[in-house]
Amino acid sequence: MKIALTLATLFLSCLFTAWAVQAEEAVTPPQQVRVLDTPNDSGGSLTVTWAKAAQEGPDLRYQILMADPAATEPNVLAEFASDTHYARDVKEPWWTRPASTDTHQFTIKSGKGIDLKDGTSYAVAVAAAAGGRRAAAAPVQATPEPNWFNWNQINNLAIVVIFGLIVLGSIQTAKRREIFLRRIPGLDAVDEAIGRATELGKPILYLTGAGDMSEPSTVAAAVILGRVAKRVAAYETDLMVPHRDPIVMAVCQEITKQSYLEAGKPDVFKEDSNFFITTDQFSYTAAVDGIMLRKKPAANFFMGSYFAESLLLTETGASTGAIQIAGTDSDHQLPFFVTTCDYTLIGEELYAASAYLSREPVQLGTLRGQDLGKACILVALGLGTAMATASILFHLDVSFLLDLVKDWK
Amino acid sequence: MTFLRRQLPLLITFVTGILFAVQYYVPHPLSEQMLTSVSKWLQIIGGFALVLGVTSLFHIHAVKIRRRESGWGYSVVLYAAIVATMAAGFGYSPAAGQWINGKETIKGAMTAFGWVYAYMMVPLQGTMFAILAFFIASAAYRSFRARSREAAVLLIAAVIVMLGRVPLGEHLIPISGDITQWILNVLNASVRRAILIGISLGAVALSLKIIFGVERAYLGGGKE
Repeated sequence: MKIALTLATLFLSCLFTAWAVQAEEAVTPPQQVRVLDTPNDSGGSLTVTWAKAAQEGPDLRYQILMADPAATEPNVLAEFASDTHYARDVKEPWWTRPASTDTHQFTIKSGKGIDLKDGTSYAVAVAAAAGGRRAAAAPVQATPEPNWFNWNQINNLAIVVIFGLIVLGSIQTAKRREIFLRRIPGLDAVDEAIGRATELGKPILYLTGAGDMSEPSTVAAAVILGRVAKRVAAYETDLMVPHRDPIVMAVCQEITKQSYLEAGKPDVFKEDSNFFITTDQFSYTAAVDGIMLRKKPAANFFMGSYFAESLLLTETGASTGAIQIAGTDSDHQLPFFVTTCDYTLIGEELYAASAYLSREPVQLGTLRGQDLGKACILVALGLGTAMATASILFHLDVSFLLDLVKDWK
Repeated sequence: MTFLRRQLPLLITFVTGILFAVQYYVPHPLSEQMLTSVSKWLQIIGGFALVLGVTSLFHIHAVKIRRRESGWGYSVVLYAAIVATMAAGFGYSPAAGQWINGKETIKGAMTAFGWVYAYMMVPLQGTMFAILAFFIASAAYRSFRARSREAAVLLIAAVIVMLGRVPLGEHLIPISGDITQWILNVLNASVRRAILIGISLGAVALSLKIIFGVERAYLGGGKE
């Protein structure tokens, strides 16, 4: 096998050399050519790097060549001006960059007439061309392989781990001492809304949004439903929870049933308090609007994620005179909720609601962790802004620091 | 029983939570394949869950009809619409000489199911969406009444942005376009990003709580 590979390499070298002989002496072949498996990818890709030439410009062009056993000349995979394709143009952080920023870098990927198979060796060369003259460097063998870890995202992982430790540490702290919690008017109004519905003898309408159970906002909405249902059960008020997703409906049914049990009112629980309408956005909206107009609920809760239906729902609810409390992480719908609802839980307040309503120390600890996380981000933002500004004003290279906060998302 | 209702779901949540958090950092095709397989599982579970949903829908409206509750006539319409649409979707098309199988067109000709979708569903959805324009106007009227300092600021900002977004506004007040861009790119974008940072941290914290079993209310009930 080794002999066969060596012979193949020798043959390809001869092929490249014979082809390169056509070139005149004035064009020098690219130096320090390296071909390697592209790091941190899912395979099917090779990265080529080579040193910057002394005189580069639009007149001098580079060609990426790959040996084709079926042809007498190698395939030209790409051709570009010599003052382009530097390693610094590639969006990679400094800790995974295969070459220094002033060297050239080109990535060969499967597609567009080329199919790189993982585990197969390929001979790749780089040629310099100017006018009709060309000079190719010796070909280099490399094998594409898929990778098991994306080191480009190690900073992201580090941040998640640190934030996770902060949250878990805050939970432990919260078990030992009391944590101050600022007032959230929207959540303080939950009792008021339930009380009002009880006094008027009207039902409460609770919506869990458009998302499915894989969305954190829907989980948060379901958790808040549990807290609300417990208080609703205590007051023996009617609760209506129309759903767009059958799985969310099944989960919410269990949560509501458990809340009634915990409130000591299992007999008041109605199986059909959670019901499915449709998965279609506007059909669901029309149905819920109809429920609002016919049943005239005294309190409407809009928790979870929403899209264009948000204003159609809340404006109809406002027209019936119901007290309305919304909580969403759909930032594009926030203005509509703020405009039409009495109280709006903005973004993170939706996730804080469960802790706020339950007042359990373990839950409150996570809020403290979130605040500490925000403080870290604020500090990073301040430092990043200062460094980016300083780098422009004093021509400093601070990319090694700025890369650390790249792609945190 | 407690093991099946509590510990097992928590264990599954912990294992899958950690597994798919790690999956985000693994570019290997096996990792992608695992994600694709699980996404398909979710679709299959969703399909079965739809049976639950439709059963719930039928049950609610059957009760309404049986008890002759107010508006029970709408429930009859719903039943009729469901049955008619299902018949149109699963029925036989004599013109095409084959079963419709949920297709909207067969050999370029519209099926009965396609007709229901194109001439009933789409216009009805369009109608609901069109109502949005009127609702925006009424909501804007209510919130733009300058009853407080905040509402006054909102009103002024909204007027400037509206002027800057239409050709007439820019013609009348040429600087309105630049001010609009500044409001949107600086004030609006910065506040939006602040909200998004809070949302992201909240979502990560909630995910951690769920993975480590701190938050269990979604299993039905609060603490043990």
